[in-house]
Amino acid sequence: MKKKLRDSSLKGWLYLLPAILFLGFFMVYPLIDVFVYSFEEGYNFASQTYFGTGIYNYFYILHDPYFLQAVKNTFILVIITVPLSTGIALLISVGLNSITALRNFLQTIYFLPYVTNTLAVGLVFMILFKKTAYSDGLANLLINWFGGSSVDFIEGPYWAKMFVLCFYTIWIVMPFKILILTSALSSINQDYYNAARVDGTSKFRIFMRITLPMISPMIFYLVITGFIGAFKAYSDAVALFGTDLNAAEMNTIVGYVYDMLYGDSGGYPSYASAAAIILFVIVLTITCINLLISKKKVHY
Amino acid sequence: MKSNMDYIKIEKNTKARKKALRTATYILLAFWAVVVLFPFYWMVLTSLKSYGAYNSEYIPKFFTLSPTLQNYVDAFTAVPLGKYFVNTIIFTAVTTALMLIVIVLAAFAFARLEFKGKNIAFLIFLSLMMIPNELVIITNFVTITNLDMRNTFPGLILPTVTSVFYIYLLKEHFEQIPDSLYYAAKVDGTSDWKYLWKVMIPMSRPTIITVTILKVIECWNSYIWPRLITDDEDYYLVSNGIQEIRENGFGRENIPAMMAAVVVISVPLVILFLIFRKKIMAGVSRGGTKG
Repeated sequence: MKKKLRDSSLKGWLYLLPAILFLGFFMVYPLIDVFVYSFEEGYNFASQTYFGTGIYNYFYILHDPYFLQAVKNTFILVIITVPLSTGIALLISVGLNSITALRNFLQTIYFLPYVTNTLAVGLVFMILFKKTAYSDGLANLLINWFGGSSVDFIEGPYWAKMFVLCFYTIWIVMPFKILILTSALSSINQDYYNAARVDGTSKFRIFMRITLPMISPMIFYLVITGFIGAFKAYSDAVALFGTDLNAAEMNTIVGYVYDMLYGDSGGYPSYASAAAIILFVIVLTITCINLLISKKKVHY
Repeated sequence: MKSNMDYIKIEKNTKARKKALRTATYILLAFWAVVVLFPFYWMVLTSLKSYGAYNSEYIPKFFTLSPTLQNYVDAFTAVPLGKYFVNTIIFTAVTTALMLIVIVLAAFAFARLEFKGKNIAFLIFLSLMMIPNELVIITNFVTITNLDMRNTFPGLILPTVTSVFYIYLLKEHFEQIPDSLYYAAKVDGTSDWKYLWKVMIPMSRPTIITVTILKVIECWNSYIWPRLITDDEDYYLVSNGIQEIRENGFGRENIPAMMAAVVVISVPLVILFLIFRKKIMAGVSRGGTKG
């Protein structure tokens, strides 16, 4: 009997072996290693040597203007896009839930951005917003119609660029949010609505007192994943402004990590590690705060 | 009589209000549909305009009367788009296949086999779900570079293979298959291995298909890892390829050709989506990220 158990134990682990190898090599080991790197000062990538341990790497990046710019950009992006995208998604989902005709058709359309290549469609956004010598671009055409003057959204003023970045980010994250909210809305038990209708409750009140509380867990789920996703923004910025994000003043924290690792300014895995860990700490803190708030506010 | 008039008036009012709300809803929904679809329309439209026509439009036109396919020819001849395409297909196919093997075996072990340390192992696996890619990518970059695997397919593929979440998803599905089937198979002397292939996998086809599609989408759109690990054009995937085209291909101003490349890159996934619409949306709502 004992031998049999050992046999089956061995078998279980054997089935797990490929997963363990992959995860161990490409996830667990790197996870430990990234902390080690972040404390190795003056790590040289070519000779793989370093001359001390300490917190200098953290000190360095916290005083690097590029990093501070990246942090600022990321925070602005998060603060603008998370509430806005969640709000618009809620509005659209409620609208979608109230109609019957065209519902499936619209749902399919709304989901399209999810399956598109961020880099490729980003190029389309770039040409829509870019002002060149040949053309002011479509976005400026619209602005001109309403009497405004043309702005270069891609290589122009900071807030114009930030606007495009936020717009594109929202465009990209909407499918996921609409999908989650519409399925949450359609799973609410109709009895609640019928009861409210019998009592003659107004539509607005029904929404505030029944709909919102019922889907509040999903809204908070979206806020949390939204925060995490927005803090990791990078590809969208590259798609719009090219790979040299520092020059465009549009770098994000993740972008800073990769720039430190590789590319023209790369070759500093220690700095990259320190920046990645700072990002992780920020995300962890915000997620914990979100969870604490949701415990108080969300009705399960 | 008067009260009756009031009633009719009120009813009329509510009806009008309902109608207004309905109209507003449709306007909002239509507006967002336009916002979503317009970039797609614009990329197809621009890809059909000739180079000369596009650049002579100071005010962009919303249609074209002389569509041309020349840009698509350029996209495949002036830049190695075909090569990027083949690379991406190889990368996607091999990564997805390897992932399926790994996650099926692991999910089977967790769902069906009894062994010492299983619960602890599963707990560790679950906690790995919370590790962001950004933390581990640095060491992976160094590892792959030191192993001299930059600009190779193994270097591209191996770190992308595992996905703890899909193991979890599949395990949940495996567990729904009734125990009695397993014991019946055992009595018949079927081995675990055979049971896995003959019973569990066929019965879990929907979940396996969902996982496969989600992984294919992820692979097709992956950009960061391929960018770090390849600087040789022969190994570029479509995402890196389009970035390369943007910065060095065609000459900066040949936007119609660029848009043709964008259309070519986008079409496979859009087709995949239209075919597997329900599966993809169900899969994403169960465990998609991005957003």
